[in-house]
Amino acid sequence: MTEHVVIVGGGTGGAVLANNLAERLAGEIDADDVRVTLVNDDPDHVYKPVWLYVPFGQREPGDARRPLTELVDDRVDVRIDRVTAIDTDAQRMQSMEGPDPIEYDTLVLATGSTLAPDEIPGLADAGHDYYSEAGATDLRDDLLSFTEGHLVLSVVGTPHMCPAAPLEFVFMVDDWLRERGLREDVDVTYTYPIQRVHGNPHIAEWARPIMDERDIGVETFFNAEEVDADEQVLRSMEGTDIDYDLLVTIPPHRGVDLVEEAGLGDRGWVEVDKHTLEAEAAEHVYALGDTADTGMPNAGSVAHYQAGVVAQRIASEVRGQPATATYDGKTLCFIETGMDAASFVEFDFERPPSPAPPSRKLHWSKLAYNEAYWLTARGLL
Amino acid sequence: MTEIDVEADETVDARGAACPGPLMDLIGKMRSVEPGTVVRLLSDNDQSLTDVPEWTEEAGNELHGVEEREDHHAFYVEKA
Repeated sequence: MTEHVVIVGGGTGGAVLANNLAERLAGEIDADDVRVTLVNDDPDHVYKPVWLYVPFGQREPGDARRPLTELVDDRVDVRIDRVTAIDTDAQRMQSMEGPDPIEYDTLVLATGSTLAPDEIPGLADAGHDYYSEAGATDLRDDLLSFTEGHLVLSVVGTPHMCPAAPLEFVFMVDDWLRERGLREDVDVTYTYPIQRVHGNPHIAEWARPIMDERDIGVETFFNAEEVDADEQVLRSMEGTDIDYDLLVTIPPHRGVDLVEEAGLGDRGWVEVDKHTLEAEAAEHVYALGDTADTGMPNAGSVAHYQAGVVAQRIASEVRGQPATATYDGKTLCFIETGMDAASFVEFDFERPPSPAPPSRKLHWSKLAYNEAYWLTARGLL
Repeated sequence: MTEIDVEADETVDARGAACPGPLMDLIGKMRSVEPGTVVRLLSDNDQSLTDVPEWTEEAGNELHGVEEREDHHAFYVEKA
C-alpha cells in the first residue's frame, strides 16, 4: 500500500519539507511506496521578508513570488486547492475543489499566519502594515511622500511574523529619513505590548540603547485598543493616547480557522510537542513553522529547520524505524539596523541570542541571503 | 499559599509557554472580557511573577493574588 504524506501550506516550511522528502524518500516515491502531496491555495510561493523593503521603494512585491511548480521537486504532487475541513480520526480532509476527500497517512500542517486587523476597531481602515502585499504597497505610497509629522510604529499583538521586523522598520526609517535630511521634521515612536521593546529580553536589552541614541520614542506596556481615524489617535488598553500622522502597525495575527475547527489548537496555532512537532490532540499529524505553537519566533529560519526535523521523522516512520530527530529551537535572524547595516542572532531553546555588532557586511549578508533564499525553498541550501 | 478572596470567571492556561507568552495570553483574554471579570492565569514561567503584577498595575486592573501551586502559579486579575 502506498503511504500518503500530505503537506498543507506551500510557504517556507511546506516547500522545504516537500523538497526534503522528495530527496530523502526518492527511492520509495519512485517505487510507489510513498506519495507526497503539497496542497496550497495559491499557485505561487511567497517569500514575505521582501515586503520589509517595499515601503522604501527598494523592492517590488513581485520579487517575493515564484510559482510553486518551479520550486518543488517533480516527485511531489502540487495540488492548488484549499483544504476546508480536517477529520483527524478518519485521517481525511475536505477541500474546495473536492468532491472526493483527501486521505492521508501522515499530515503536516504548514498553513502559517494570517492578519486579523479587524480585532482592533479602526485598525483596518487607519493603519498601514508591511506584513501583506497590499499593505506594503499602500504604505509605500504614503511613506515615500511623508516629509514631516509623527510616524508611529505599533506592535499590536504577539505572536507575529518575524519578531525582528518592527525594530528593523524603525531603524531603517530613522536612517532613511536622516539620509534624506528629513529626520528633524519627523518624530518616530515605537510601541510594544510588554514592558520592554522586544519579547526576547536579550534582544530588547540590545535594541533599547540604539533606539534612545537615535531618538526613537518608545512606549512600552502599550496594547492598542482602538484607532480613531478621524482624530488620528491610537488608544491603548492602558489608557495612553498617541496622536499620529502616519500609523504603521503589526496587526494581530491568527493561524487558519481550519486548525481550531479540527480541535488542534486555539487561534489557528497547533498545540505540539515542541521537540517532535507532533500535534498534541491527534495522531499522525505534525505542524511546523508559524502554525506550530512552540514559543519560538514565527520566522522562516524556524520553519526551515523544523522542516528538516519533520522530514527525518516521516522518513523514519515510513521505513518502520524509530523517529529520533528533534527540534532544538534553532533560530537565525538578520536584523537590519539601518539602510546599510545589520546585526545577526542565532539561538535555540537553551542558548539565548547575543546580537552581533551591526556592520555593512551583515547587511549585505542579509540581502545576499534574501536572493539565495530561492535555493532554500528548492531544498538546496 | 496566598489566600484568594475571589472566584475566577475565566481561566487562561499558559503553562508551558515561554516568556512573554503568558502575559500576552492574559492581555489577549482581557481584551475580550467585560469589566469586573476575574481571569485566572496559569503560568509556570517565573518571569510572570514580575511581568503580570507590573502590567496589571500599568493597565489599572486589580491583581487579587497569586496562588503558588505545585509546579506553576495562578494569578487572579480583575478587569477594571
